[in-house]
Amino acid sequence: MPDLGLDVLFKGKNMLRLLGGLWTAVEISLIAVALSIPLGILLGIIMTSKNPIVKAVTRIYLEFVRIMPQLVLLFIVFFGSTGALGWNISGELASVIVFTAWGTAEMGDLVRGALISIPKHQYESAAALSLTSAQTYIYVIIPQTVRRLIPLSINLITRMIKTTSLILMIGVVEVLKVAQQIIEANRMTSPNAAFGVYLAVLLIYFILCWPISLLARRLEKKWG
Amino acid sequence: MNWDFIWKYLPMYGEAALLTVKIGLAGIGIAIPVGFFCAVIQYFKVALLRRIVSVYIEISRNTPLLIQLFFIYYALPKIGIPTNPSVCGVAGLAFLGGSYMAEAFRSGLEAVETVQMESALSLGLKRGQALLYVILPQAVSVSVPAFVANIIFLLKETSVFSAVSLMDLMFTAKDLIGQYYKTTESLFMLVVFYMIILLPVSILGSVLERRVRRAGFGS
Repeated sequence: MPDLGLDVLFKGKNMLRLLGGLWTAVEISLIAVALSIPLGILLGIIMTSKNPIVKAVTRIYLEFVRIMPQLVLLFIVFFGSTGALGWNISGELASVIVFTAWGTAEMGDLVRGALISIPKHQYESAAALSLTSAQTYIYVIIPQTVRRLIPLSINLITRMIKTTSLILMIGVVEVLKVAQQIIEANRMTSPNAAFGVYLAVLLIYFILCWPISLLARRLEKKWG
Repeated sequence: MNWDFIWKYLPMYGEAALLTVKIGLAGIGIAIPVGFFCAVIQYFKVALLRRIVSVYIEISRNTPLLIQLFFIYYALPKIGIPTNPSVCGVAGLAFLGGSYMAEAFRSGLEAVETVQMESALSLGLKRGQALLYVILPQAVSVSVPAFVANIIFLLKETSVFSAVSLMDLMFTAKDLIGQYYKTTESLFMLVVFYMIILLPVSILGSVLERRVRRAGFGS
């Protein structure tokens, strides 16, 4: 049995440090999701507008944010805005901005999809009952779209958590960075630490994301 | 915007983009058959293999590519599996992509009604034949949109390759920013090159989707 470097995980506070690093990434994902959901709902409603200019602008925003790799967006905000606007932005703030912008686009598209999947006669019947357009949304359309949206939004959380691992690349100290530090510190005593530590990181992410995915799938089946 | 700078480093970006595309295509090229076999195993509910496939799919879908790459690149050599940046990139992308492709094929296969399989069997076709001539042609057209979305997703994911020291577009951009402080120019080229790679796939995707919808059977 080769030395798998698992002992390093149980030395001192190493496991706690890894989890602390994970929390940095999860915190950013949660803030971004919390901001993306209301903004995305708003964007989704705006996107169903018939105004061609509004349509074009939202469409371009959506396509650009979705087609660019998230890492490119992080680079643009983190390095680009510093150069162009002359401010100093922390990696954490840049991440929150990028993931909120991305999440809003994804959520907006989901909301738009859910809204246009509501048959037209729902709107017409509501109008025939002389509901105002605000009333139509609150009492008729939103209750029907929410069921469709909840599983998809939960999925967005796992995607967000997985994608925030990228913040390592703009120098935020998160779980991978902590893992590197631990491996580096134990280089002499435990040369195979890389195996144990990266395996642990992989499993931590899995343990975090898997239940959320299962929940989303269950809800999708139940309400789908 | 310093155009001389852009001109000068254009070939460097071109090479990096080529590397991104090469490794991306190799990874996707492996991911497609992997996904296909996984989906077929799940469709026919092959004992044991089916369990292995579902464990693979869950692990691959619920961990980030960056972590998978770190594991392949830094951890596997410790237990005697040697690797190098390109192999690691292809393997990581194939590992991630396989599960996404499997889900795309699976949703296509499930969309074909069971009566199709039963009719094929009652006509005396073998299960393999039924799959090949009856089920697949219908399933593929259903899974095309998910399939193209996965290709775009996987090409986007290649942006993390610089973490395992592949000199891809991100690596080049970061390198130039660090060396010359030409941030705007470096990022501009980065965006342009990703557009060149991803926009055609995205457009092709929407064209295909429209075509396939027309080819749909019975609806």
